[in-house]
Amino acid sequence: MWNKGESEGLQTLGIVVVVCSSLKLLHYLGLIDLSDDKIEDELEMTMVCHRPEGLEQLEAQTNFSKRELQVLYRGFKNECPSGVVNEETFKQIYSQFFPHGDASMYAHYLFNAFDTTQTGSVKFEDFVTALSILLRGTVHEKLRWTFNLYDINKDGYINKEEMIDIVKAIYDMMGKYTYPVLKDDTPRQHVDVFFQKMDKNKDGVVTLDEFLESCQEDDNIMRSLQLFENVM
Amino acid sequence: MAAGVAAWLPFARAAAIGWMPVANCPMPLAPADKNKRQDELIILNVSGRRFQTWRTTLERYPDTLLGSTEKEFFFNEDTKEYFFDRDPEVFRCVLNFYRTGKLHYPRYECISAYDDELAFYGILPEIIGDCCYEEYKDRKRENAERLMDDNDSENNQESLPSLSFRQTMWRAFENPHTSTLALVFYYVTGFFIAVSVITNVVETVPCGTVPGNKELPCGERYAVAFFCLDTACVMIFTVEYLLRLFAAPSRYRFIRSVMSIIDVVAIMPYYIGLVMTDNEDVSGAFVTLRVFRVFRIFKFSRHSQGLRILGYTLKSCASELGFLLFSLTMAIIIFATVMFYAEKGSSASKFTSIPASFWYTIVTMTTLGYGDMVPKTIAGKIFGSICSLSGVLVIALPVPVIVSNFSRIYHQNQRADKRRAQKKARLARIRVAKTGSSNAYLHSKRNGLLNEALEMTGSPEDEHMTKTTSLIESQHHHLLHCLEKTTNHEFIDEQMFEQNCMESSMQNYPSTRSPSLSSHQGLTTSCCSRRSKKTTHLPNSNLPATRLRSMQELSTIHIQGSEQPSLTTSRSSLNLKADDGLRPNCKGSQITTAIISIPTPPALTPEGESRPPPCSPGPTTNIPPIGSNIVKVSAL
Repeated sequence: MWNKGESEGLQTLGIVVVVCSSLKLLHYLGLIDLSDDKIEDELEMTMVCHRPEGLEQLEAQTNFSKRELQVLYRGFKNECPSGVVNEETFKQIYSQFFPHGDASMYAHYLFNAFDTTQTGSVKFEDFVTALSILLRGTVHEKLRWTFNLYDINKDGYINKEEMIDIVKAIYDMMGKYTYPVLKDDTPRQHVDVFFQKMDKNKDGVVTLDEFLESCQEDDNIMRSLQLFENVM
Repeated sequence: MAAGVAAWLPFARAAAIGWMPVANCPMPLAPADKNKRQDELIILNVSGRRFQTWRTTLERYPDTLLGSTEKEFFFNEDTKEYFFDRDPEVFRCVLNFYRTGKLHYPRYECISAYDDELAFYGILPEIIGDCCYEEYKDRKRENAERLMDDNDSENNQESLPSLSFRQTMWRAFENPHTSTLALVFYYVTGFFIAVSVITNVVETVPCGTVPGNKELPCGERYAVAFFCLDTACVMIFTVEYLLRLFAAPSRYRFIRSVMSIIDVVAIMPYYIGLVMTDNEDVSGAFVTLRVFRVFRIFKFSRHSQGLRILGYTLKSCASELGFLLFSLTMAIIIFATVMFYAEKGSSASKFTSIPASFWYTIVTMTTLGYGDMVPKTIAGKIFGSICSLSGVLVIALPVPVIVSNFSRIYHQNQRADKRRAQKKARLARIRVAKTGSSNAYLHSKRNGLLNEALEMTGSPEDEHMTKTTSLIESQHHHLLHCLEKTTNHEFIDEQMFEQNCMESSMQNYPSTRSPSLSSHQGLTTSCCSRRSKKTTHLPNSNLPATRLRSMQELSTIHIQGSEQPSLTTSRSSLNLKADDGLRPNCKGSQITTAIISIPTPPALTPEGESRPPPCSPGPTTNIPPIGSNIVKVSAL
């Protein structure tokens, strides 16, 4: 049977509920302040805006003419109105040229190669300097730039793992539907061939000198480096 | 490829230098920039307002008026500008499309004027950006509905020729205003519905007494009269129902519709009553059936547009109502439980069980307060008051909110569905664009090889078949070609990939290799002839066949088009190793060899080491890098 104690317990419970709800009500009315407010930091939208150096300076520093720089800058500013390219935008732009596969890894390595100061963003000057080397530079400069691209950790040596990463990224751009079918160890095989050619002293890493020497011996590579002379 | 990104193509091509040391084969030649013009400003004069832009900006979209040579028709020699006699306001949006790649729809613009302008400039409205697409679709739909309404009302006025009797009857039923007879019928049925409903109501009113001090309802006092009225009404309703059934274009659908069910339910009780006469057991059920007579009132919904809209609104807001009911139920159960346990202690309390307390909770929450059940304990009173306060909040407050929510949520749901459908459409568009651009590459690869081969033979028909690709496209394709060379693999489309996978799993034609190799040296290439021996049939291989068929018009050499399906696949079955990277670009090779028509020496040996595949024609020297493109020189 229900005894008095229990009904009294319910009574107290009822009174507690009434008190709590009235406190809450007062808090909502703003008369008292119960919560411990955390100060929310306003996220400042940092609009990075960068203006490149003057046209004359860039013309002096690179191998492009004023007209070419103008065309380049117009295209650059169209895609990146803030004046700098961050990695995401870079990847997006590059992926548009390779709709078959996934160009993001190679774009990542490219971005690191362009971003010489490792700031995480590529300004127009960096962009144009790299392009100047690639399109108008000497063979030596091009090869050095390519070595820099392959050397992911920028320690001056290319080891097999770095090379496999790069080659894998290139193969990723092909996508799934290829003929013949891409197998898993195709990049590795490709890298083995590459290392056989490049690693002169067979020490497992390729230094800049070995790289330059081997590339200059190979006619195919020499010829293909000249391929993009007339891009602009 | 998006338009603005075209400006970054030089960068992408320059970055391709990173592939060069890794590649083992020589790279294809870059397309020559034949007419290397400096970029110039062109002036577009639209009804007096001058717009200026770079020529290359307009050339981003070559399949529109401004991007193609069609604009030369509007070139004014005297003023050296392009003059368009169109609306300058809309032209602003169109030009911005070229500049930014996104087409926007201005809200103040009339939808049909905008559509006309887009059609003039050759721009499809589907590429309107997502920010404006919803608005555009809404306006377009409103406009279409308006047009349809106009058409309908037009159609109603004109006399339609020779409808069958059945169709005229159906139209008369659906639209009472079409003829006077329909109108008469409409009013008569309405009148009888009203009579029937009123009779049902009046039947139960007690009128007068009968000796014996018993109050009789009118129905029993004037039984005959009411029976006659009822009969008459049911007669009319039955006739109406049968006529509708006869006239309905789809009888099955008519029978399933709500209105016909209401009709049936309205007249059934009468007939059942006729059938079951004064049987005491069933008369109780018969009385219950009479309740269904009240459904006759729903027949009014055919006569009232408002009723139909209300019913439709309720149906569409069913989920919101359902949620309201659910939350109410939760609150009822909670409070009923609390009240039961609170009142358990008090003597002679009416709260005998939790379901019994439901009644109290509902009555209190809806602020009815009958007073047949009241709490007596203090705890009960406290919780009871909380219950009634929360009842006020739970019921009274959301009602106006829900009423306005009806329209808001209703439209929102529709917009969510729209957005989902649009998202599917948008993804499909993106996919199509992607496959379009990858297909464009594959297509142009074939065409490119075809082109150069044709230039060798000096065929005069090369103008017709191949589309002249823009410089940017050819440069882009050259870039993709370099990638293929670097990795020694080729891009193919999905169908071919499936075929190859299927074929590579069937590896059982080793013996038939050599005989077919040596036998055929005819007009057709050895690879083609070899395949003609094979009987493997593949399901979706119409793609190669159609391609070759289009080439057939060009080349004078007869290629067995129907044999082609087995070509690529049986080629793969020839090699023991399924994945050897040595198979040449058979597609390309059959094109070049078909046109050159030189019998190729069947040199494919089973081992599959490095050697030139048989399909590369003998005079490889005549064909510059193209031929060497086909040959895969070394194994990986």
